[in-house]
Amino acid sequence: MSIPLNVDWAAFTPGPALAGGVLIGLAAGLLVLLNGRVAGISGVLGGLLKPLAGDVAWRAAFVLGLVGAPVVYGLFTVLPLPQIDAGDGVLVVAGLLVGFGTRLGSGCTSGHGVCGLSRLSLRSLVATLIFMGAGFATVYVMRHLLMYAGAAP
Amino acid sequence: MMVLTAFFAGLVFGLGLIVSGMANPAKVLGFLDLAGRWDPSLALVMLGAIGVGLPAFYLAQRRKLSWLGAAMQLPSATHIDRPLLLGGLLFGVGWGIAGFCPGPALVALGMGEIKAVVFVLAMLAGMWLFELVARRR
Repeated sequence: MSIPLNVDWAAFTPGPALAGGVLIGLAAGLLVLLNGRVAGISGVLGGLLKPLAGDVAWRAAFVLGLVGAPVVYGLFTVLPLPQIDAGDGVLVVAGLLVGFGTRLGSGCTSGHGVCGLSRLSLRSLVATLIFMGAGFATVYVMRHLLMYAGAAP
Repeated sequence: MMVLTAFFAGLVFGLGLIVSGMANPAKVLGFLDLAGRWDPSLALVMLGAIGVGLPAFYLAQRRKLSWLGAAMQLPSATHIDRPLLLGGLLFGVGWGIAGFCPGPALVALGMGEIKAVVFVLAMLAGMWLFELVARRR
């Protein structure tokens, strides 16, 4: 059985996607080569929730850089605004799942996806396949079975 | 010095998420929607990131100390166990529900999006909940 993919060529942005990806890889590469740490966002955040002495400042600085990126970007050009269709109730459920799941599974899109695959880790490859597969399945159920388009709740 | 480099790495990471469009949940969901009108962009983001990450981590794995003299702290776990699979599953479902994973959510927070505040608070609560469960084990 084959599923015909209906590519949305108008939405596809190969240039910016590749360029942004290179920046992400550069950031992860710099953090590991300069600081010896893995740029896994859920791991960096999780470490702030159970702080160890001497291990807090770099985490807080990294998170500050992430949160501050739109401000810096906005100094140079018009900031593209995100489109968040999900209602607050859905966002809370999604946030709880993402927070708990990434800590239980020791990583997210950055830690397993970018850094783990760059390390050629089989464990991270398995994790990435699982969360990507679950993401595909969830969107299928939400959009094509439940017909959820992002309105309330 | 290492606080400064961490800040810079976070900044570049965030800029990459904005440039690539991945700070926008609607675009991420466009990738995850295989049965709808599919936007392949996220695959190219991963390709670009891993293309640069491969040589960087190759170099890092051959070192005991970082360029700034810090201990190289790379993950040592290789086992594929239940927490890894269950955690990945829960994360993937949450990711598919709203289109947010941790990095883009923090960037959207910096854009002043109230909905990102809601998501990030719930995400931190989920992480905190995990700490409670993990400590009990």
